[in-house]
Amino acid sequence: MRMTMRTTLASVLVALMASAAHADVTLSVLLDTNSETTALFEALSKSYQQKRPDVSFDVESRPGGSEGDNLVKTRLATGEMADIFQYNSGSLFQALKPERTLADLSGLGNAGNVTDIFRKVVTAPDGTLRGIPFGPAMGGGIFYNRKIYADLGLQVPKTWAEFMANNAKIKAAGKVAIAQTYGDTWTSQLFVLADFYNVSTALPDFATKYTANQVKYATTPVALRGFEHIEEVAKAGLFNPDFGAARFGDGMRMVATGQAAHFPMLTFGIGNVSQNNPEALPDLGFFAQPGDDATKNGLTIWMPSALYAPAKSENAAEAKKFLDWAASREACEQMAAAVPSGPYLIKDCSLPKSIPQAVSDMLPYFETAGRTAPALEFLSPIKGPALEQITVEVGSGIRSARDAAALYDQDVQKQAKQLGLPNW
Amino acid sequence: MIVQKSPYPYWFVMPAAVVFSVLFLAPTLASLWFSLTRWDLFSAQFIGLENYRQFLREPFLIQGLINTVIYAFATSATKSVFGLLLAVLLTSGIWAQGFLRAVIFFPVLVSTIGVGITFSVLMHPTNGVINVALSAIGIPGPGWLTDPALALYSIILVDFWKGLGLATLIYIAGLASISPDYYEAARIDGATRTQMFFRVTVPLVRPATVTVVTLSLIGGLRSFDLIWAMTRGGPGFSSDVLASVIYKQYQAGFYGLSTAGNVILFLLIGLIILPMTAWFNRKEVDL
Repeated sequence: MRMTMRTTLASVLVALMASAAHADVTLSVLLDTNSETTALFEALSKSYQQKRPDVSFDVESRPGGSEGDNLVKTRLATGEMADIFQYNSGSLFQALKPERTLADLSGLGNAGNVTDIFRKVVTAPDGTLRGIPFGPAMGGGIFYNRKIYADLGLQVPKTWAEFMANNAKIKAAGKVAIAQTYGDTWTSQLFVLADFYNVSTALPDFATKYTANQVKYATTPVALRGFEHIEEVAKAGLFNPDFGAARFGDGMRMVATGQAAHFPMLTFGIGNVSQNNPEALPDLGFFAQPGDDATKNGLTIWMPSALYAPAKSENAAEAKKFLDWAASREACEQMAAAVPSGPYLIKDCSLPKSIPQAVSDMLPYFETAGRTAPALEFLSPIKGPALEQITVEVGSGIRSARDAAALYDQDVQKQAKQLGLPNW
Repeated sequence: MIVQKSPYPYWFVMPAAVVFSVLFLAPTLASLWFSLTRWDLFSAQFIGLENYRQFLREPFLIQGLINTVIYAFATSATKSVFGLLLAVLLTSGIWAQGFLRAVIFFPVLVSTIGVGITFSVLMHPTNGVINVALSAIGIPGPGWLTDPALALYSIILVDFWKGLGLATLIYIAGLASISPDYYEAARIDGATRTQMFFRVTVPLVRPATVTVVTLSLIGGLRSFDLIWAMTRGGPGFSSDVLASVIYKQYQAGFYGLSTAGNVILFLLIGLIILPMTAWFNRKEVDL
């Protein structure tokens, strides 16, 4: 079996080399517009071209968020997908019907390099690997300004009560305690999503039961806490005055430059600061969203997106070769050098020596077992599309936390039904 | 009975019939079918009227429906009233009439998305020109687009500004078609300017009114681009209209559900516009 696979692979390679000698290959690539994505792919493609000068890349960009979801699904459904594309892992990946639409990558030479934790979120229902990790793992928590903390003599909080006490002191000092940026509605969800470590340590089977329609946000007190947190900080008047209109970039700038003390966000925000306010990077710190118990303090983590190839494409063989290389340790370290904003999910792939402060704040969570937990969207395919509007409502004082959680429970029903899950 | 035969052979209408059925009829029928399915672009499963049931149960739908009606009637009413007044002013032979007409019409030519983005910058709660100017004279400006009670009305205001030019233009054309004889007769009878406006201009400009009201109502009922560019239906759901609710379902990948929403929007527009045009037309005959 192994022999035959090797021989077929060898013959394919010979055939390809022969054709490569004749014609140059242009691989079309579809990426989102995030600045980190662009930097990652540049690092990857540049070093690949040194090995394979006959390959060039035609990079096309797409919007992120749900508009991007539509575009990717439509292009896959109509057979017009680029040779290589970048897209989320986890539940969004599953919604692409990977066993039908994506190329099987489990035969690649470097497929074994993909770490188990990431393998889970890019495996099709039939058990085959369909994606290669692209970028660092992220933490969801709270960025803080180290200068403000030093000036006011504050400690990194281990419980929500300590966090609120810090906020009170920051407010008393006449500063904005928490930056909120509802001009980009998705940023409003963090207090709920990043609280999932605390939910899953209290109720380890929450995700399974949630998928099976056995537990609800509104009726599970520990899950409801995330919504209550938003309500609490909103009522305490801790936000920047333009919180309703500010954008994600404003939030990162505010917390990095000390215009705000905290900003709940995913760690990919580090990339934004290193691009726009690099001088402020040393002042940017990060901690996990605290729960109620100081002894159970840990970080909710997000898997990076992945690179995929569609099931059918003109340059399928060349695309697979590139993806195989992208799964190598060498390629991974190129990416890590370009975007050192979190741990990478290729075995033995190490980060460069000098990394931003916020990344060093995040790494300890990864180093101790049990101090990280994947976000709910990697454990359950159900995520209601209206969560970001609902959390904006809570933060703007339009809706109470309890009502919001109940409304969200109603919202996820649609997703569950669309996916055809049993029991809904 | 004499069957009236068309002077043209049937193949004359073929090109138009083909275009119409391929581009309009087929998609309409297909959308009726897909609205009855759970559709993920890769496969569709027939689920009867479930999508309609789900769509009508949407918690934000009622708010969206109310907002749609407020939006449509408010923009339509303001455009027709101020459009008529401006048209009267701009046909009265005032100074720089041609230039002023061009200025009024100019916003119609600008892209709606551009207008939306520009106004959302102008209406920024702390850095926007409007609130900076207001605070300079000591008035604390409201959160035009961030205050849930105000957001919809701020968008209506911008829609009014953008659409006023077209309404004015239609009214100018309507006024031009009124024979000066009526005004002369009214003046001989000793009518005041106000009387002439209400007794001569308003009744005789009716065809223009019908056009302006119908067009702006339909436009208002299906309005989407301006709202999406300015608030995306927010904050929360406070400026959601039917079209933005539908779009969000589509974005979330609920293709069957959003198709059902579109069928409902189509029916709603039909239910409002058909009786209205019938009523307008009957009145015209009675006149």
